[in-house]
Amino acid sequence: MATVNVVRVERNTHPGIYPILLGLKITFMNMIRTLFMGQSATIQFPEQKRVSSGRYRGIHLLTAREDGTPKCVACYMCATACPAECIYIEAGERPEKSIEKYPTRFEIDLLRCVYCGFCVDACPEEAIMMSRENDLVGTTRAELIIDRDRLMERGKLAEYGPGYRPTDHDVRRPVRIAALERLKKEHGIVPGMPHR
Amino acid sequence: MASVLETPQAPAASTSPTVRILREKLGDQVLRVDEWRGDLAVTVSRKAWVEAARTLSFHPELDYKLFLDLCGVDWLDRDGHDDRFEVALHVYSVSHKHHVRLKVPIPESDATLDTIVGVYKGANWFERETWDLYGIVFNGHPNLSRLLTHDSFVGHPMRKDYETPKRHLLKEAKQWLLKVPEGSEHMIVNIGPSHPAMHGAFRVQALMDGETIQDAEAEIGYMHRNFEKMAEERTYWQVIPYTDRLNYCSAFMNGHGYALAVEKLLGVPAPPRAEAIRVILSEFSRIMDHFICIGANVVDLGAITPFFVVFRAREAIYDLIEACCGARLTVSYVRIGGLAQDVPDDFEARARTAIASVRDVTSQMEKLLTRNPIFANRFKDVGVMSAEDALSWGWVGPCLRGSGVAYDVRKDHPYSGYEQYDFDVPVGTVGDCYDRYLVRVEEIHQSVRIIEQALAKLPKGPVITDDKKVALPPKSEVYSNIEALMNHFKLVYEGILPPAGEVYGYTEGANGELGFYIVSDGGKFPYRLKVRPPCFAIYAAFSEMIKGGLLADAVAIIGGLNVIAGELDR
Repeated sequence: MATVNVVRVERNTHPGIYPILLGLKITFMNMIRTLFMGQSATIQFPEQKRVSSGRYRGIHLLTAREDGTPKCVACYMCATACPAECIYIEAGERPEKSIEKYPTRFEIDLLRCVYCGFCVDACPEEAIMMSRENDLVGTTRAELIIDRDRLMERGKLAEYGPGYRPTDHDVRRPVRIAALERLKKEHGIVPGMPHR
Repeated sequence: MASVLETPQAPAASTSPTVRILREKLGDQVLRVDEWRGDLAVTVSRKAWVEAARTLSFHPELDYKLFLDLCGVDWLDRDGHDDRFEVALHVYSVSHKHHVRLKVPIPESDATLDTIVGVYKGANWFERETWDLYGIVFNGHPNLSRLLTHDSFVGHPMRKDYETPKRHLLKEAKQWLLKVPEGSEHMIVNIGPSHPAMHGAFRVQALMDGETIQDAEAEIGYMHRNFEKMAEERTYWQVIPYTDRLNYCSAFMNGHGYALAVEKLLGVPAPPRAEAIRVILSEFSRIMDHFICIGANVVDLGAITPFFVVFRAREAIYDLIEACCGARLTVSYVRIGGLAQDVPDDFEARARTAIASVRDVTSQMEKLLTRNPIFANRFKDVGVMSAEDALSWGWVGPCLRGSGVAYDVRKDHPYSGYEQYDFDVPVGTVGDCYDRYLVRVEEIHQSVRIIEQALAKLPKGPVITDDKKVALPPKSEVYSNIEALMNHFKLVYEGILPPAGEVYGYTEGANGELGFYIVSDGGKFPYRLKVRPPCFAIYAAFSEMIKGGLLADAVAIIGGLNVIAGELDR
């Protein structure tokens, strides 16, 4: 264990006017730094926007296949992992053997969402990711429950840039079907919408 | 690496002096002794409860003076528990550097327990909270009324049979917290719940004699959302975003403390790189928290410049945190067993920029405040708290150290590799507002020292444990490997399954010892998760501290206690 070095804090103060003059000097130095030296700590919002990193956790997006349909296979993993219970999914069937399911409804309640990114972590298909969009305005609650079409909109992504997303891009789908089958057989788990 | 499947709670013939002395004093009233994961838990009968607490506190060989936590547990009809309720007390001995948990079973038919307010002053609010949430009546308590929930709330929400979706319509605010003496011409002043000098929504009612406060009473709970009940319906993983909202001025440290507590329960440590990054970000969070505390405190006194000066450094730190995890405030960066992802490549350069900025603004802030007589005169000898009282109230962190007790979890019980770093523990001599301020400033300097040492020897390697039962497999494997994908599905679906048992994990938060008392029944949800919020105990002493002082002094005191509503009300 490290030795405990205890230091007693020094309580003396300077009498007289000196500390006040020193304080004034600091205030003026900061004024000069801000006005003339370009070291302003603030930005001219909203004309100027803050630059956020590529890991920013903003509003979600559903990624698309080449034919424009969602990559999502309605496995309910994001809805299960969500700590805020804000994702609602209904599944439909697709004819392709390697895909099987797709979401007929995919809704995220952005008023409940806590933007933790757990849905992205839980997704086995990199079908859901987050953008850097963060200015969210609505006049009714219903407006802020966004549906599949809004989640598939690409314009916003171009405007704000991509945010938190998995970095690997090698999805081989047949693995998932086999894994789900084994999961059912060996552990009796059939993923579905979580019961709340 | 210890296995998750280790058998818990092997009954131990303890050689600890605590157990020996309690056995000598109480005889067969000591029902059970458990030692697990380094925690000592002693169960006593209800008759011996106060005597046991008294022995722990006053016996010279034990000296458990620091009150930490008191909470209830509801076992409903679980096997192995004849009595429905249980009350757990956590206390700490600063001289012997030892924690102990004292438990007492309480039957449902007669859910009462004698109060220990006479032994530990801090027990007052914790007992009120336990009554509020569990309905356990504390005999002899001076003011057993609702604390966190509203006064017209019906039922006790933390009981297992309380239906979570139940709603109550609560309209009337409690008008009088104090009893006004008949025919008195003194004036009652409400400070808060919405007042610029209150740092969040909480209320103090003061009985004024001119400028002097005769009597005062505090009311909290305006931001109560029952984090603990929510945690009982979430997997261990899903609790992490909720911890960010406890002390939101240093959000990362809550997650750090929670993850360490769960890792202690599991017996799965995080890899060294993750621990070093956790230390760096925790220390940055501590710096931010101290900045906001000092800045907001002097704003209350009328000095607005230092508040804006320190914001320059806070921006640099927030930028760093955002680059690591994608959010400035609600970080959700830790995972059980490590971190969500590795830091970005330019982490060190960014951290060094942030350090330079911290150095710059700290020096400016010190010049503006520390030796300035106008500022010091408002702080010196105001809100004096003696070391003995501070321990009894359960004060921790900078406030306790300001009173002269050198207890710092990072030094006394190093976690996350704090033993590798060289740093000092500043303590005050008087225990007034000025000492608390000076301790915080010195801690900023010490945090910078720790960060620089940690950056210099940041280890390479993974940032999350490879234990398949705890951490999600890497995405590349999830996409291509059937075993990994199955494990991924299973872990998301079933969550982490820890062994049954209970642990108290504690870390040094920005406000002091932040504890998580986790009771696990082996299921995917925590059976009971109690947060030991540092500022709850600190604020409990506030209305006692301001009695007899000036109203203007009360404003100076509250800022220096750094009460954060998110942590206070949970």
